[in-house]
Amino acid sequence: MFGPLDKLGSPPTFYRFAEAALPWLGGLAGVLIAAGLVLGLGVAPPDYQQGEVYRIIYIHVPAAWLSLLLYSAMAVAALLGLVWRMRMTHVFALAAAPVGACFTLITLVTGSIWGKPTWGTWWSWDARLTSELILLFMYLGFIALQEAMANDRLAWRSGAVLLVVGWVNIPIIHYSVEWWHTLHQPASILRLGTPALHSSMLIPLLTMAVGLMVLAAVLVLQRMQAELLRRHAGSNWLKEVLQA
Amino acid sequence: MMLEGCGSLLRHELRLGWRRPHEVITPAGFALVVVTMFSFARGSGSDGLAELGPGVVWTAALLSMVIAVENMYSADHEDGTLELLLLSPAALPLLILAKTTARWLWGAGPLLLAAPVLGWMLGMPTASLPLLLVSLLLGTPTLYLLGAFGASLLVGQRQGAALVALLVLPLGIPVLIFASSMLELHAAGMDIVAPAYYLGALLVLALTFLPLATATALASNAAD
Repeated sequence: MFGPLDKLGSPPTFYRFAEAALPWLGGLAGVLIAAGLVLGLGVAPPDYQQGEVYRIIYIHVPAAWLSLLLYSAMAVAALLGLVWRMRMTHVFALAAAPVGACFTLITLVTGSIWGKPTWGTWWSWDARLTSELILLFMYLGFIALQEAMANDRLAWRSGAVLLVVGWVNIPIIHYSVEWWHTLHQPASILRLGTPALHSSMLIPLLTMAVGLMVLAAVLVLQRMQAELLRRHAGSNWLKEVLQA
Repeated sequence: MMLEGCGSLLRHELRLGWRRPHEVITPAGFALVVVTMFSFARGSGSDGLAELGPGVVWTAALLSMVIAVENMYSADHEDGTLELLLLSPAALPLLILAKTTARWLWGAGPLLLAAPVLGWMLGMPTASLPLLLVSLLLGTPTLYLLGAFGASLLVGQRQGAALVALLVLPLGIPVLIFASSMLELHAAGMDIVAPAYYLGALLVLALTFLPLATATALASNAAD
């Protein structure tokens, strides 16, 4: 019923697809990230308020987008896995979780480094920071659950339900934290006004975002291949692929 | 027929607790100890303790919930009761609701009784003690539903309380936020209706959807 998706759901087809796509995707990611870095760090003008410090945006914001995007993709995979029992969805979630957790960590660390010169503090219990931290816990919870369960099939049933429940909770957590933040903190912290980004800053940002997205795809595909190697070790199709 | 099954399961669970009081009371005792530890950990002198009071009681409630639900299916899983529950004509989400209710009564009930005393010991103003009770009444059922869900993910596993805590506590943060802001607003003399409604809304949401998720996880884990 999914057409091409159905075919990719078969491990041999998927493995060959990944094998063929990875060099292209890797090259594309390298070119985009290099271009984004040159444009962002060199060509884009300094911010009139923050000077050069703001340039960390070119890694911070794409990482934050990816942290949410990957969790959402895992939740969609969880739904597909629960409803249609597609095996590859588990392989995807297992591969994507550590990548997503890394992007979440990158977001937190770069945000903290950015916060020191602009807000004057490494950490504040700001709504976005706190939501991102909770997202990290949710990634870690999923990974720990998968590690704890030896049976792949059971691990994915439990993990998929957890992902769906967690996904439904993300907006609830985000808005409750925002509410809490407005209750606790007066406008003492210098919030960045978010003026519409000028195109000289927006283009490098989008280039970096797409570049990091492709990089994430490369990492996830590679990890999926590794998981397939683990699961299908000794199978005939794998021997054929590896000898070819 | 369906509700009958749930009612008898609830009575069965409550009777089990009554016969083994030392087991079911433990979480509440744990909560009391946590509260006591807080007052030592923040040093001598009582200033500032009242401000921390609601947060301390709520943290204790949250932690004791993990202890209370962590093994809620394990005995049933070992002696085969769980499989019978899965096979029974009654709807599994409703049976889970009955089990969760029993856990909540045994785990949070004593804490609710002790909460005014704890609040008073922590130096909270007497006027805000009823509100502490209301916030616990509205909030702890949501937490227990979350906990019952977290425990169902790990049925048949050796992993215990720590993993349940990692899975469930982040999801309980909204409850904690609205409960503590209720008390905070009250202390500032402001209207508490908004956070109270939010707490109620979270409870309705949890009552509606979490037993379904719990049943899905439980069915796959217990059948194996």
